[in-house]
Amino acid sequence: MVNIVKRYGDGFPAVNDVSIDVQDGEFMILVGPSGCGKSTLLRMIVGLEDITSGDMVIGDRLVNDLAPRDRNLAMVFQNYALYPHLSVYENIAFPLRLAKAPDAEVDEKVRAAAKTLELEEHLERKPGNLSGGQRQRVAMGRAIVREADAFLFDEPLSNLDAKLRGQMRTEIARLQKRLGITTVYVTHDQTEAMTLGHRVAVLKRGVLQQLATPRELYEQPGNLFVAGFIGSPPMNFLPATVEGNSVKLPFGTVQLPPEKAQKAAGKGLLMAGIRPEHFEDASVKTDRASGSTFRAQVDVVEWLGNETYAYIPFEAPPEVEEQLRQLERDLDGESLHTQLVISLDGASRIEEGEEAEIWVDGSQIHLFDPATGENLTVDHERAGRIPTLAMAEAAEQPSAAG
Amino acid sequence: MAATAGATRTKVGTWIGFIVILVWCLLPVVWILSLSFKGPGETAAGSPQFLPKDWTLQNYRDILGFGTVTPGQESTHKDFLDALRNSFGIAAIATVLSVIFATLAAYAIARLDFKGKRLVLSLALAIAMFPVVALVGPLFDLWRTLGLFNTWPGLIIPYMSFTLPLAIWTLSAFFREIPWEMEQAAQVDGATSWQAFRKVIVPLAAPGVFTAAILTFFFAWNEFVLAISLTSTTSSRTVPAQLSFFVGPDPFNPPYGLLATASVVVTVPIIIIVLLFQRKIVAGLTSGAVKG
Repeated sequence: MVNIVKRYGDGFPAVNDVSIDVQDGEFMILVGPSGCGKSTLLRMIVGLEDITSGDMVIGDRLVNDLAPRDRNLAMVFQNYALYPHLSVYENIAFPLRLAKAPDAEVDEKVRAAAKTLELEEHLERKPGNLSGGQRQRVAMGRAIVREADAFLFDEPLSNLDAKLRGQMRTEIARLQKRLGITTVYVTHDQTEAMTLGHRVAVLKRGVLQQLATPRELYEQPGNLFVAGFIGSPPMNFLPATVEGNSVKLPFGTVQLPPEKAQKAAGKGLLMAGIRPEHFEDASVKTDRASGSTFRAQVDVVEWLGNETYAYIPFEAPPEVEEQLRQLERDLDGESLHTQLVISLDGASRIEEGEEAEIWVDGSQIHLFDPATGENLTVDHERAGRIPTLAMAEAAEQPSAAG
Repeated sequence: MAATAGATRTKVGTWIGFIVILVWCLLPVVWILSLSFKGPGETAAGSPQFLPKDWTLQNYRDILGFGTVTPGQESTHKDFLDALRNSFGIAAIATVLSVIFATLAAYAIARLDFKGKRLVLSLALAIAMFPVVALVGPLFDLWRTLGLFNTWPGLIIPYMSFTLPLAIWTLSAFFREIPWEMEQAAQVDGATSWQAFRKVIVPLAAPGVFTAAILTFFFAWNEFVLAISLTSTTSSRTVPAQLSFFVGPDPFNPPYGLLATASVVVTVPIIIIVLLFQRKIVAGLTSGAVKG
């Protein structure tokens, strides 16, 4: 139903040549660190921001020059933007009143929306007297009475506390499923992105990095940025060199599946990406067939009951270290050490300061080109869409950051 | 114990302070009120006592024109009521026009980016700094030429010009406080820019609008210099100017009682208006727009 192609730039291109095709009834997430242009993109969809170039098509209608009111989209703002001088009832009824709907119809629709959102007992109150979660629901109520072509959410949960956020997340997912309405949802929170979305578009500095289902993003990240952004604790990045069917890491040599090794052969120094859960305490792991083991000095251990996080510092060559620093900056983070974070079974008895034998699953290793950030071992069949421009942009990133 | 004693002392001190300020501010008002109930004999006395010996409503009769009027004061009430009508009309029209223009101008200043925005704001401030007296002469000449002398518009226009800057500054501060999102939400909900402005922005800025309205109304209501210079008859003379034309039979003894009574009568509407608007202002302030 929605087909968006757009290009935008005012000196600094906040959103650069992003093309996303949102299917009818789909829950699409736009995710990325702050300042990646995701909100700008959303505001261009709804018409609050001008489109410099490119086409915005809703259904089969070109809406580039249409005013927001003519696009028939409903939006939930980050701070809810409720009208404080109107009661909850009138807040929800506002779009209907503007459309000059008859009173009976207004009443019916508002009551129905209030019932859906369990706001019935608050209808006569003013937004100022409501809690954060209730205001959030009122904002959603105002969106659903519209019977709009699509819902747009701009970080709707970022103002709520952690517990409420979890509840509202489920609530939004349920509502979307029931109404079956096309939704575009902007967030910087990867949990929201992973749990809510049918498909997720990862953006960095206005450039689309990868557009795929949450599972595809997690298992087949298209580049270093996506790999580092999705997952918590984040993926580990290690300097690596491929020799034959094995890869040389700072801790030892790990066997690779032949097809992966082939893709990365002869590229010199690479970046290996391994998720924390693909490591294990060798003494706990019974089936070691698919991986290799190495010995390493464990620095810090965090035991959480069901699992254990162990931290292993390592030395990286300056080239790789620079790349990792850059990646951290892109992800809004700041890491002081180059260290390996590994997630072990809760039964693991590894102590701090101890030298332990660690198992690693070689088949789950991703190999990245340190210069372009491109994932060499990505399975393109199962990785959604990775725009080629993203690669070029990634290659320019050291100069762009300077 | 020492703490409670200190707290009591602070409380007592606060109350004493209150009373001193109250007496200081209200004494002249009470004096005028008391004067308005005194007969001419008492006000003319060398050292009049604070409260009237003989309470009389004769001054109110003379001013408002009911009952028996003191001989020689037959035309006073007619002139005064004319002046009252002029005051109301001129102040109300100036207020309405000033608030409308100020709202539109302030909205543009708060929301739009245009060249010379700073210039407009500083010019507005500069106009407010002009002493009224400096403009009376030129205005008198100009109004005589244009035929605006001794007419309502002749007073409304300068009143509006003098109050607009302050109103614009007050209102643009209010508009700046209103989150952009409110308006954008309204637009997404299907409102035109004008609907968003009228249904969302103006109600939210109501406290500011009322503040501006009160300031404008007071200025127009109390203004004297322009009122006395730009009018010549009771067809457009306002109350403050009319008061200066109150003369009793004896030129050396101004009719203090009548003047005091007129002052009381013109103050009452002001008090009523303040009380009315004050409730509005409080109501406007007690609601939360976005997450607070």
